[in-house]
Amino acid sequence: MLTLNGKALAWGGSAERTLWKLTSNPALPVVLREKMAFLQRGNGPLPQGFGAYILPPEQQGIPPCAHWLHLPPDFAYLAEGDIISVNAGRIRTLWRQNSPHNAVLLTERCDNNCVMCSQPPKNIEDHWLVAEAMDLVRMIPPSAPVLGFTGGEPALLGQRLIDLLALTRARLPTTAVHLLSNGRGFADPAFSDAYAAIQHPDLMVGIPLYAADPAQHDYIVQARGAFDQTVRGILALKERGQRVEVRVVLHRQTIEGLPALAQFIARNLQFIDQVALMGLEVTGFARANLDQVWIDPADYRPTLENAVALLRDYQVPVRIYNHPLCLLGEMAAQYSVKSISDWKNEYVAECAACTRRQDCGGFFSSGARYRYSPSLRPFL
Amino acid sequence: MTRFLPAEDYLPSGRYELLPFRFERLDDERVLLSNMAGEALTVSSADLTTLVNGDLDRSGALFSRLRANHFLRQPEDRAALELLALKLRTRYARLRDFTSLHLFVVTLRCDHACRYCQVSRQSADRASFDMSRETADRAIDLLFRSPNQALKVEFQGGEPLLNFDLIRYVVLSITERNRQHKRDIQFVITTTLSLISDDTLAFCREHRIFLSASLDGPEDLHNANRPRPGADSHARFVAGLEKARDVLGPEAVSALMTTTAASLQRGPGIVDEYLRLGFHGIFLRHLSPYGFALKTQSYQGYDTARWLEFYEETLTYIIDLNRSGVRFTEQHAAIILRKMFSCHDPGYVDLMNPSGAGIAAIVFNYDGGVFASDESRMLMEMGDDTFRLGSVHEHGYDEIFSAPALLSALEDSFTLSAPMCADCACEPWCGADPVYHHARHGDPLGRKAESGFCQRMKGMTRIFVKAMEDPFVAALFRRWALSC
Repeated sequence: MLTLNGKALAWGGSAERTLWKLTSNPALPVVLREKMAFLQRGNGPLPQGFGAYILPPEQQGIPPCAHWLHLPPDFAYLAEGDIISVNAGRIRTLWRQNSPHNAVLLTERCDNNCVMCSQPPKNIEDHWLVAEAMDLVRMIPPSAPVLGFTGGEPALLGQRLIDLLALTRARLPTTAVHLLSNGRGFADPAFSDAYAAIQHPDLMVGIPLYAADPAQHDYIVQARGAFDQTVRGILALKERGQRVEVRVVLHRQTIEGLPALAQFIARNLQFIDQVALMGLEVTGFARANLDQVWIDPADYRPTLENAVALLRDYQVPVRIYNHPLCLLGEMAAQYSVKSISDWKNEYVAECAACTRRQDCGGFFSSGARYRYSPSLRPFL
Repeated sequence: MTRFLPAEDYLPSGRYELLPFRFERLDDERVLLSNMAGEALTVSSADLTTLVNGDLDRSGALFSRLRANHFLRQPEDRAALELLALKLRTRYARLRDFTSLHLFVVTLRCDHACRYCQVSRQSADRASFDMSRETADRAIDLLFRSPNQALKVEFQGGEPLLNFDLIRYVVLSITERNRQHKRDIQFVITTTLSLISDDTLAFCREHRIFLSASLDGPEDLHNANRPRPGADSHARFVAGLEKARDVLGPEAVSALMTTTAASLQRGPGIVDEYLRLGFHGIFLRHLSPYGFALKTQSYQGYDTARWLEFYEETLTYIIDLNRSGVRFTEQHAAIILRKMFSCHDPGYVDLMNPSGAGIAAIVFNYDGGVFASDESRMLMEMGDDTFRLGSVHEHGYDEIFSAPALLSALEDSFTLSAPMCADCACEPWCGADPVYHHARHGDPLGRKAESGFCQRMKGMTRIFVKAMEDPFVAALFRRWALSC
């Protein structure tokens, strides 16, 4: 697990929130240095003229600039081209140049309150997040292959989300964008219209749907009427030719209804672009409600196998994410994707000898720490 | 955690509303329900009563199933209506494309004298029973008037290969004219394969023409059903099949079987013959009450109940083949199952509503007569010209496709308003057959209580529902349905 948020061991300069792109190139032309932060490796002489200096704790001497910080060791992964936000000594990694898993948090507010939410919502004023995301998009290189936007519920940002996506389309015209949303906001035709009008060439929205029975979905997301809005949101998006992924997190509250849900998707939403069946991330509310949501994947293996077979028969594209390979049936395993963000993928001791770790969907590091299946069987 | 409310708190309250659904009693205890989109559920009789009385328990599994499958809704469920409407639109989406299948009866002459054949002639008289180029030209004009982007041109007979020159002429002429029209055109020749030649096959290969052949079963049965000089129909079929596969590929030849009284005892043997000859499926077809089938009494050789017995036995045999690991499909089932498993209409002309007559398929007879369906021209051979919509020589496109005979037949047989269809649980999986009902009952609507068509469809549906109680069969049927 990578640490994305932390505190500088020591810092100096402005307390204002600033985004810095990192470089370790001491030969960078001087005209380019002002807007970059120099990432110092080891304890050498510091080049002049950079906007900021990111230094190892052991760095001696006074930086040639007011803005500097001493980086804690768990940020040692930072590298050339990464983008961080610095705010009075608080460091947040926003962009890792060599990762395919960059997800930008747009808000912590949400109108759902899912019993297994990995990122529990906070009802706070956080409009600065989307402003920061706008700045970030302007700094990400246009060659970036993929970028994710997440929340909270980004649709709560309304026009600000539309503006951000329009900016992303303009600034990063060839970058694939994946947005996570509960879909409810798209039930409003005006919002869907605005979203579709962006005409983004490679944008997909991932929308969770947890049950075919509205009451069960509403219970899982703890919001009455959410199922109805989410389904109408999906329909509104598809009516407007937008790409939609339906996401199902596999846990005790969704497994019993999974056959009915797969059937519901196949009969009613056959035109969606993809179904993502996802292993549970044991963090946030999932940890708090572990007894209600935990189920050993070994116990739902046949259920999952049947659901995948059904979706396959209906030619609904299906993928299984974040799921240990050894706990999948033979057929479901063909649809498994190695997908956990690199910064939170880990394996446990049982996996040490496994020969198929390269193909495995793996674990969230939270799972490795708090609860995982006792049925793991390494491939030998 | 106190901040999370329990599942019970999300159960709906207040009255629920029934969405349009129909039901059919399967036996004393069980009832089959189907909704407008063709989704089905089996419930107990007692549950049905509770459901319609508005007394269903909101926390029960049945309420949840019925709500998820759009048999009922809470007044606040707006998505349910949107989805139901969407599925219904999908079910009828094909209508907007209009006529796809165009049959060219290129000759009535035939080298076979099948007992149940409706139309063929044993005659050397080319002039009287062959389609002329002039007639074909007019038919091709009409073909390109169809708004459908995907056109299927099927050559029928008689034995169409007896007039292969005309087939060649029509294919070349359509291909040439299609350079401008740019339609997606597929050619099929319906043939016994008895007269297939290397030249014919070379031409078929060049123009990607499929062959639809006839195989009634093992040699003795096939030859008894399909007499020809030399009593060698089966041997010629097998030889023609292999030759055709050599040139056109393994899937270019399909085969149809017709059930005669002699077939009834031999379902598994018929399937084995298809299997032996390398087919991956069979279409178990009943006899139609037209043409020589009536004259020779072969239609009376069995009734619908007997055919259903044969069908169920043979279907069971096919299911067991699949259980043993052999992939083999009953295509008649697959078509009906497709409507049960999805709202995408398979486009099977005999099971459409409104009827496919004229608007999904049209027949150009050898003499230029235009018919609403293949059965319509067979009726004509029996002296009934009700469904003769006009002639390619005398009538234009508009006159033919708005012929009162066609429009009133379509309207009068429309299942959503037809008595006993409108409230039948099988309606979403069935279709209107105005020609059959006209032939049997004297009007396009017919009397469903006495209708063999209706009895057969309901019977097949029951067989499917019963068979699907076995999860293996349910999964198998789903695969058939979704790959047909």
